[in-house]
Amino acid sequence: MTALRAILTRALMTAITLFGVAVIVFVVIRVAPGDPIAMMLPPGASDDDIAHLRALYGLDKSIVQQFFIWLGNVLQGDFGTSISIRQPVSRIVLNRLPATLELSLLAMTIAVLFGGALAFFATRFRETPAETGVDIINGIALSVPDFLWGLALILLLGVAWPVFEISGRISPSLDPQFSTQFYLLESILRLRLDVTLDLLDHMLMPALALALPLAAVIAQLLKVSLKETMNQDYVMLARTKGFSESHVISHDAFRNALLPTLTLTGIQLTFLIGGTVIIERLFSYEGLGNLAIDAVINRDLPLIQGIVLLFAILFVGINLAVDLLYTVLNPRLRHG
Amino acid sequence: MSPDKATARSYLDIDDLSIVLKHQPTHRLLRSVGLHVMPGEVRGLVGESGAGKSMIGKTIFDILPRAVEIVEGSVRLGDDELLKLPQSARRKVIARTSALIPQDPLTALNPVRRIEPQITDRLTRILGVSKSDARERARALLDEVHIRDPESVLRNYPHQLSGGMRQRVLIAAAFAAEPKLIVADEPTTALDVTVQKQILKLIAEMQARHGTALLFVTHDLGVVAKICQNVSVLYGGKIVEDTEVKSLFARPTHAYTQALIAATPRYDRPDESLVPVPAAVIEATQHEIAAADDAWLGARQAGGRR
Amino acid sequence: MSEHARHRRPVSWRLILSGSWLAIVIICAVFAPYIAPHDPLAQDLLLERLPPFWVSGAEPGYYLGTDGLGRDVLSRIIYGARIALTVAFVAATAACLIGSTMGLVAGYFRGWLDQIVSRIVDIWMSFPPVLFSILLVAVIGTGLHSVIIAITAIDWIRFCRVVRAETLVQTRMDYIDSARAAGFSRLNILVREVFPNALPTIVALLSLEMGIAVIVEAILSFVNLSISTDDPTWGGMIAEGRTIIHFAWWVLVFPLIALFLTVLAFSQFGEGLRDRFDPVLR
Repeated sequence: MTALRAILTRALMTAITLFGVAVIVFVVIRVAPGDPIAMMLPPGASDDDIAHLRALYGLDKSIVQQFFIWLGNVLQGDFGTSISIRQPVSRIVLNRLPATLELSLLAMTIAVLFGGALAFFATRFRETPAETGVDIINGIALSVPDFLWGLALILLLGVAWPVFEISGRISPSLDPQFSTQFYLLESILRLRLDVTLDLLDHMLMPALALALPLAAVIAQLLKVSLKETMNQDYVMLARTKGFSESHVISHDAFRNALLPTLTLTGIQLTFLIGGTVIIERLFSYEGLGNLAIDAVINRDLPLIQGIVLLFAILFVGINLAVDLLYTVLNPRLRHG
Repeated sequence: MSPDKATARSYLDIDDLSIVLKHQPTHRLLRSVGLHVMPGEVRGLVGESGAGKSMIGKTIFDILPRAVEIVEGSVRLGDDELLKLPQSARRKVIARTSALIPQDPLTALNPVRRIEPQITDRLTRILGVSKSDARERARALLDEVHIRDPESVLRNYPHQLSGGMRQRVLIAAAFAAEPKLIVADEPTTALDVTVQKQILKLIAEMQARHGTALLFVTHDLGVVAKICQNVSVLYGGKIVEDTEVKSLFARPTHAYTQALIAATPRYDRPDESLVPVPAAVIEATQHEIAAADDAWLGARQAGGRR
Repeated sequence: MSEHARHRRPVSWRLILSGSWLAIVIICAVFAPYIAPHDPLAQDLLLERLPPFWVSGAEPGYYLGTDGLGRDVLSRIIYGARIALTVAFVAATAACLIGSTMGLVAGYFRGWLDQIVSRIVDIWMSFPPVLFSILLVAVIGTGLHSVIIAITAIDWIRFCRVVRAETLVQTRMDYIDSARAAGFSRLNILVREVFPNALPTIVALLSLEMGIAVIVEAILSFVNLSISTDDPTWGGMIAEGRTIIHFAWWVLVFPLIALFLTVLAFSQFGEGLRDRFDPVLR
């Protein structure tokens, strides 16, 4: 009963949040000065032409009417038609989303591996200079945002010592003729490893820029949590069984330490995805974020609305997923 | 079995063990402790809280806190002098030969791991036993510690078991590798009174069946009287009495031991009134310890000057 | 704090280093006309893309080289500090004031007011902040004011969350009731009790927020939405440097270093202050 209530409350909150997001997006864009219609027409268009277009995009109705028409369409999966690209927003957005998802997932994987390794290392050599070193690296990685890491990486690994590509998603000479937009996944499944390598060549730097701050957060939280766990009785008992310190950390302490880290990592993951907006711009990576900035610059209202809503849904979904994962990983909750 | 039998050789030998706080190296937590356990012997290690009982157990298992330091002494398990071995080799020796029954079964099992690997991991990962053999062994052990339906308990998580069940699991895990020595660190203090008796009986039963040497750490002389053959009494980090249990109760030699016996409730004589340990006895014992400390410090300084 | 504890407290290199750098940036910003060797807007196509002084081909007086329009990089960085710091101080202070007030109100009145504030915070957290700020500036128009308004409008929730949590803790304390019985106004007591407790966190957050504001301004300049393109901003310089990175790396590197150190200094300064003043750590 209480569980059901909790779920219902949670669902209600989520709905309110998403509705609020929709309202804000709509209102913010409607108060924007400048007439998007004017930008679509050649100079010297007649008043009739303008009125015709306004009616076509529903701009002749009242704001409240427009909002509910728009919301009704959105709920049916119709996000309207892009003004600048003149295609359905849903199609454009879904076409670009895979690129951003692949980049985010790659970044998250790097962050988890880096952060986990750092935390492990700092715990294994706790109370030595090695731990202090990890703390300093963490402190710097934490206080410098992804945008600056991206620029630093471009300079280091793109220009000074050119290892990776600094712009785009795939080399123009390669035309893989893929049937989905999940290039990385599809190239692996089709064993087109030349394409995979080319994609990674383009993705590694933006992914690294996104991953560094998150890796530092993970490392710091996990380290604190691990150090606490290392004093637990069951860890002591594992030591008496003859296991090495490294084994004790990885097998007996890690999962327990992971739980408190996980909830906070969820919020951090949304920060990472939010970061793709500017990082994609920086690396000219053809994902959703880059598209969003183009849409803002072109005042493409339907497209902006669609993208921002999609981000919001993604964020809310991630928070839900993290909650679920927490339950799965914690046997006490599962059997409670 | 008596400790002074000329032919017998003890399995655990702790000699002259002194442990200090790292940042206060003149203050000893253990004061030249000597402790010997023969193969198959059940020895009680008695002392009030803070006497250093757990410190001895932690020394044997190489899990001392970082804040303390062994300054002298030796710990021998079988043929291996532990303090002379590098850490990895030391832990191997300990894993092969000894096991710990911990104090609090609620915190000594890893909450996110199932029971089976917590019993068998030493067998499969350190001693190279196959997984199926280890599972078979775990099932048999759970049978031995009188757990019904071992099959499903092996699949459970700790929070699904009661405190008594968990302590049984930990006892089974301790006997898993047929160790030569088991240290039981106050294994009943965290349990209900009714469960305490069962667990005590179980430990004695398992010890008798496997012939393992058992060092039973406790603050309760009554428990010692029940299951131990010999006993060492610890006060202020110093062994003040080392004798057979029978003679301990009949003829305690140290004043502190005498007072401790008087302060212990006797199951066989429940009506006898209890006398707390008199302040004079404690003061005398502390004087004795202070004198020993002075002598020790003097000797070390002399040694350092040489 | 005992004498003993005071003696043990080491000199905070973190505070000294970050404070020194911030002092340099502030001095540059305030005295830019006296320090900068050139007019930051002066273009000279004969002097375009000059390298910094230690590279061959450098022109004396243009220490860090010139950009694609022949403008002096060093002078533009020095003038750029003005805009960066203006945004940092004004936007962060405004966000702090608004957020703290909202947090205090939500935590103090609780009930439906708290519900509303909490939902607003949830909604705000569902937007990617960078996209949100780009959107806002695009809507209200470019310029220094818009940048400051956008940053304030987005980042007040950081302060709101901290102050709300602290207020909720404090209002549950018994002394609030007893002080009220003694005739004191609850709000008065709350302000007197909540702020000293939340202050170390707020100060650290304020300093951190200044760094964030500098970055957001740079990002907005980078996508060409901040101040007019001619005005020297670090982000604008970086945007130009990014496009000519293979021909004139210095146009990107030097403003990037300035930005990097300033952001790092703000966050470390905040952390250092918190360590120094946190009553729990002390």
